[in-house]
Amino acid sequence: MAIVKHDTVIDNDWITLDAEGDLPAGDVNIIVPLDRWKAEQDSLKGRNGGVGVLLVPGDAPEDIAADLDRLALIAIRFPAYTDGRGYSYARVLRERYGFAGEIRAVGDVLRDQILNMHRCGFDAFDLKDDADTALAKVRAAMAEMTVYYQPTGDGRATAGSLRERRRAGQVG
Amino acid sequence: MSLQIVTANRLDDGLVVFMTANHGWSDDIHQAVLAEDQAHADDLLARASTRDQDIVVVGPYLIEVEASEAGIVPTKYREVLRTKGPSVRQDLGYQAGQ
Amino acid sequence: MYRYDDFDRQLVLERTEQFRGQVARRLSGELTEDQFRPLRLMNGVYLQLHAYMLRVAVPYGTLSGAQLRQLGYIARKYDKGYGHFTTRQNIQYNWPKLAELPDALLDLARVEMHAIQTSGNCIRNTTTDQYAGAAADEIEDPRPYCELIRQWSTFHPEFTYLPRKFKIAVTGAPNDRAAVRVHDIGLRMHQNAEGETGFEVIVGGGLGRTPFVGKTIRDFIGKNDLFSYLEATLRVYNRFGRRDNKYKARIKILVHEIGAEEMARLVEEEWAQIKDGSLKVSDAEIAQYIAQFAPPSFETLPDDDAEFARRKVENPGFAAWVRSNVVAHKQPGYAIANVSLKPIGGIPGDATADQMERVADLADQYSFGDVRVTHEQNLVLPHVKKADLFSLWAELSNAGLATANLGYVTDIIACPGLDYCALATARSIPLSQRISERFGDLDRQHHIGELKIKISGCINACGHHHVGHIGILGLDKRGKEFYQITLGGDASENAAIGKIVGAGFSEAEVVDAIEAIVTRYLEIRDAGERFIDTYRRVGTDPFKEVLYGDR
Repeated sequence: MAIVKHDTVIDNDWITLDAEGDLPAGDVNIIVPLDRWKAEQDSLKGRNGGVGVLLVPGDAPEDIAADLDRLALIAIRFPAYTDGRGYSYARVLRERYGFAGEIRAVGDVLRDQILNMHRCGFDAFDLKDDADTALAKVRAAMAEMTVYYQPTGDGRATAGSLRERRRAGQVG
Repeated sequence: MSLQIVTANRLDDGLVVFMTANHGWSDDIHQAVLAEDQAHADDLLARASTRDQDIVVVGPYLIEVEASEAGIVPTKYREVLRTKGPSVRQDLGYQAGQ
Repeated sequence: MYRYDDFDRQLVLERTEQFRGQVARRLSGELTEDQFRPLRLMNGVYLQLHAYMLRVAVPYGTLSGAQLRQLGYIARKYDKGYGHFTTRQNIQYNWPKLAELPDALLDLARVEMHAIQTSGNCIRNTTTDQYAGAAADEIEDPRPYCELIRQWSTFHPEFTYLPRKFKIAVTGAPNDRAAVRVHDIGLRMHQNAEGETGFEVIVGGGLGRTPFVGKTIRDFIGKNDLFSYLEATLRVYNRFGRRDNKYKARIKILVHEIGAEEMARLVEEEWAQIKDGSLKVSDAEIAQYIAQFAPPSFETLPDDDAEFARRKVENPGFAAWVRSNVVAHKQPGYAIANVSLKPIGGIPGDATADQMERVADLADQYSFGDVRVTHEQNLVLPHVKKADLFSLWAELSNAGLATANLGYVTDIIACPGLDYCALATARSIPLSQRISERFGDLDRQHHIGELKIKISGCINACGHHHVGHIGILGLDKRGKEFYQITLGGDASENAAIGKIVGAGFSEAEVVDAIEAIVTRYLEIRDAGERFIDTYRRVGTDPFKEVLYGDR
């Protein structure tokens, strides 16, 4: 298991909690399921450690829209890589609500989906590989394509915008 | 209990193949190893579905066949077509001797 | 016609190399078949009954002569010398080898083609009117918008793992030849009260095991807003479409379950959030694409050509072909020529490498290098001078491509069926061949008039049987093929789902059953009525009577 973020392997200093059970010590960073956040957010907001929320398919990112400045991390789970709902959740969080913290892909996260995830706003990828393999896979995936048709919030220039720029240059 | 054999498509060229007695694969159905009971059939399918086999064939499954002196013939028309080729292009597929 | 620029070229080349890497990882065992399957599917590679199958996208059904010639080359080099044109305006090859597919894709890329997203739970190739840019009844050429949709949908990072596949069709003419009401999204161009051209948005149509005619969720969306509106619709579907059951995962089920009004509300709510974002396409950008599809340099001609008229009088075979296969063009002196891929007794939609090359040459010679693929599995040369029609016809005849049966009873849509397809429950092609032979006489076909027979070899309905005037569905009944007949389906602007007429027929009985239906129609039709008109007037009873008697 290794988490790759911003072209480097990072330590996982977050604990993912279940829907119920005791909270760890106050300075430990925790990720809680959405329902638990909704039920316990008053107490969770008082913790010293970081708090993140886990979204699973079927959850609504709108439910945490008002809380985003309290959250350092949002994990989005892919129970199977073929369940693409998480891509929409990430875009809504990044592009609509301007979430600037970490969006971590967890679950069935594979090399061939990483570029799409990154384009949708994910910036951390939890892979079931050792550190070197995980880093190599993410780097290879990110380098595979250099032309993009769709504007997303990822900062990449689209083919359309580059064409526009070229035309403006020719005219000017 | 009817006889069963394991069939699949070969990974590299996609052509229809049948599992043989040594757990290899042949494009000739008459080379297929026959399972006479369900336990044997399940065992063959398990041997066809290992990680090692996954880089040789795709999608192994069991089919029912009848065996006689003339050879092995699937009972379902779909599988008969797989052993021959398209009925509308008899110049193509195994039926054409390719 | 749209030509790739360096961005498009680069993208397709990168995709080809990406797939080459994926194939290598699969062959080495790094990828399991479960992991590889969706990747190969998104490059158009299926595993069928006998071998792999490659489905190549023909974006909005438009090909250049050079592209069609290359499709012939690929048929010869990587396949067994033929290809099959499909109801999605695509072409399929039936025998490629996995290890050679990256090279085949590279050869496609050389002529600005690809197999991207021709399968998988993503946005598929966008289809449109095969007469786009040529039809006399057209409001506006839909292809500039189709090309923009192609780019928007290609590798859309958010919509690559939808609940199920997603098909968009566009028509720019009031006579709908693109079956837009039976697509996941159908777009119909029309003018609003202010005289602007835009799109009616129809959502949730589809065939398959649960057929629906789509519902309009917006009467009019302007061109600049089309793409944000599509994105909003897809986002609603991606988030809320069912994923618990493959057979209930298409958007038609979502629309059916929550209702068109609620669907419209969800889409409008999402669209309100993104409509002023970066997907708003400017008039200037649209103009760039319209310019790419500018009409070819037509000559200024009188609409009537004396030589053309004389040839028709002199040569009944030519006259018959003109009557059925030639359609009015918007430009005086020109015509649209349909190339039937339905020879009597042949395999619907199949073309040999030689035929592809022949049609490519004829397109270059007679039609400004422009060829179309139709969802009814024929080809079209869209811009032919009337004065050239006779020469064209003569050359098509030599290549076995001048069957004069467009829209007639032998112009049958048939899916590959159990002869090729791993999902099929019965064969389609042999049945279509037998019906074609039964009705092969040209005078008889002309006497019968427009009659669309569509045959599917399983409930997935690739052969569009639900929207055939006569639809035939092949099923497996205790190990034997048998065929269920539906009547009254229609894929046009008057879209309707056919009704099952009664118990199914064995392989031996079904052609006689079709003939009995046709004979009854001829007995009871009023003057000028097509089969579908008569059916609408009389319903199923008269046909049940001849099929089942007192049964």
